[in-house]
Amino acid sequence: MAIRWGSYPVKGLHDELIQARGKPRPAASQLCRFLHGLTDKEIEEHKAAADLAIKLMGITFTVYSEQDGGAIDRAWPFDIIPRVIDSREWKQVERGLVQRVKALNLFIADLYDQQQVVKDGVFPAELLQDSVNFRPQCVGVKPPQGIWAHICGSDLVRDKDGTIYVLEDNLRVPSGVSYMIENRQVMKRVFPDMFENENILPVDDYSSKLYDMLASLSPRKVAKPVVAVLTPGIYNSAYYEHSYLAQQMGAELVEGSDLLVDDDDCVTMRTIDGPKRVDVIYRRIDDLYLDPEAFLPESTLGVPGLMRAWKAGKVALANAPGAGVADDKVVYAYVPDLIRYYLKEEPLIPNVPTWRCIYKDERDYVLEHIHELVVKPANESGGYGMLIGPQATAEECEKFKKLIRSNARNYVAQPMLTLSTAPTLVGNRVEPRHLDLRPFILSGKETYVTTGGLTRVALRKGSTVVNSSQGGGSKDTWIVDTEGGN
Amino acid sequence: MLSRVANTLYWIGRYIERAENTARLISVTGHLQLDLPKGIRQGWKSIVKILGNEESFRALGIENDERQIMKFLISDLNHPGSILSALDLARENARTVRDVLPREAWEELNTLYQTVKAEAQKGYWQKNRHTYLQQVVRGAQTITGILSGSMLHDETYQFVRLGRNLERADMTTRIIDVRSADLVPPDEHTLTPFENIQWMSVLKSLTGYQMYRRSVLEPVRRRDVLEFLFKERRFPRAILHCLGEIEGCALTLKKNTRVVASIRELAQTVEAVDPGALSQAELHALIDDIQLGLAGIDEAVRETYFA
Repeated sequence: MAIRWGSYPVKGLHDELIQARGKPRPAASQLCRFLHGLTDKEIEEHKAAADLAIKLMGITFTVYSEQDGGAIDRAWPFDIIPRVIDSREWKQVERGLVQRVKALNLFIADLYDQQQVVKDGVFPAELLQDSVNFRPQCVGVKPPQGIWAHICGSDLVRDKDGTIYVLEDNLRVPSGVSYMIENRQVMKRVFPDMFENENILPVDDYSSKLYDMLASLSPRKVAKPVVAVLTPGIYNSAYYEHSYLAQQMGAELVEGSDLLVDDDDCVTMRTIDGPKRVDVIYRRIDDLYLDPEAFLPESTLGVPGLMRAWKAGKVALANAPGAGVADDKVVYAYVPDLIRYYLKEEPLIPNVPTWRCIYKDERDYVLEHIHELVVKPANESGGYGMLIGPQATAEECEKFKKLIRSNARNYVAQPMLTLSTAPTLVGNRVEPRHLDLRPFILSGKETYVTTGGLTRVALRKGSTVVNSSQGGGSKDTWIVDTEGGN
Repeated sequence: MLSRVANTLYWIGRYIERAENTARLISVTGHLQLDLPKGIRQGWKSIVKILGNEESFRALGIENDERQIMKFLISDLNHPGSILSALDLARENARTVRDVLPREAWEELNTLYQTVKAEAQKGYWQKNRHTYLQQVVRGAQTITGILSGSMLHDETYQFVRLGRNLERADMTTRIIDVRSADLVPPDEHTLTPFENIQWMSVLKSLTGYQMYRRSVLEPVRRRDVLEFLFKERRFPRAILHCLGEIEGCALTLKKNTRVVASIRELAQTVEAVDPGALSQAELHALIDDIQLGLAGIDEAVRETYFA
């Protein structure tokens, strides 16, 4: 009897599995009973089995290390205790995400077209002018079905009162979905009995949904359009995922040097039988590296002429170049307004209250309360360049004040949420660790939301940084149907 | 299929085969050492010669230290001919084409690499060496089996198969070349018990002993062994068999004229000779020609499909 829920601390927190001292939430009760029944030895065995599965399946992520002179592969850090969400609650979240992504797509399409949202005074023109992710090269382009952000990864967090907030939207090249699928594979190997006895909704239809969505974008109406995943290559931190998704979809995994844009604006890849036309590219390269003719001329990752081909409608790109304009942390603050503006609906999932440093009054508030706030630069991902006020030294706070004053547009601040926790294995005991959730939303002819998503957990005690590059791990996410049947 | 991917698959085939053959070679040489009287033991250097790594070996200044030699042959990542290097390269190549390889094959290759690396110590000493090397052979065979049994036998597979058979033919020529030069006593017609043992070891390096007995029904003799290893089309490690496989691969590909021509030319050379009748020097010259022919096939494949 190694795991005793009676001594598991939940005071002042929202825990995903335990609602009050010794009392599991209904959707997690079977799981908690099962875990409680495990001996120390069994826990160790399960943990070892999971580690082995991860090693043998070769699930890795790449970190860049100056010290080790380049990129190294690390085994994916994984906690064997899943995070559980009741399917009834999940359905609400799903609806909220669909609503949000719909509004974001309308917003992007508008920005590259008439900019009605600016004319109507809902989104300030100066923000658009300053946006580092707005691509003038994309103005006037009409991608198929009017969709720009085909794949969106939105980060959700839950505060101590149980409210779920959207923390940010990732519209450029969001990653992590392969780990969501792999986590489930590992869990099925390690705890097959749990899956027999519970109604855990499956997650592995993502790849086929992704393929269908991508294929539907094909400019040539052929039975089997050629879909390719464009990767920056093996040293990219998400290379594992690029390769995984290509494999699962039966798509070609290509690097920039494999592709060629001809004079007729068609994209071809170099094959053993000569050039072969490509219809759809799921690109996992940032805008600026996509095409040295249109963006950074020194980029060797991209394909010269790709933008030309895309504008000519000869190839579909997902996500569309320029979609990132809607995922900076400043635009984020406007999303609730955008939902009201485009859909005439109230947002179903709230934003975290956000102060925009571009406005003097909001900036003054941030500068004054910096030690209580989380300050984020608009265009960094992976948790880099952030200040967590309550945990920062006075010096760090001063440094950030200077940064904010010199580049106000680039910063937003939010209150320090107390992220929800879930029991996480530490040795063979459990301790609460903070976590978030990244569901993925596919937009094509239809909209699809992953069942749950990737739960990322901060493995260090008290930490809220969940990025795998900075000591985060992950858990399997179970959407459990407690009503029986689907 | 992408040219880059085809190239990668070809090398995966070659490296896995290389790891397997190297393991077989070390294993059989170890057994042979025990059977020969002290006076005529060859030591381990003949293997270094077979693998064509004499230069880097000499650079290390290793003499007759068995442990050092084993380390060099088994796990030295600075030495491109070591088993671990071959598996490392196979794995790094496989990593970039995981989308076309069956998942089980990747898992097996990954596992094999991890095990071979973690347990390398076992291979350094006589006691556990055989078991350790057996693992390598079995692992490589498993990967080959998974690929053959679960991959679509389309072009993707043909490139792996092509690489495997080219490497295999190359290894067979190397083993014959060095082993026969080293081991054959001056008087070829004296059937000393040791000559018999030595030719048995050549066959065993190629897992051919049992099959030789079934096919040839003669005692183990230089003439018959050479005939068997060059020309027995039914034996998977014989040169003509490998060439047949390579041709089979090439015939499934488009634009294959040049490649097929280079294969047929070499096959005709091999068919035309009677290797058993050749003197040691003539045999060596023939093997040189065959290796040039294999290099020619490699070049034709590269220029036709990977450019």
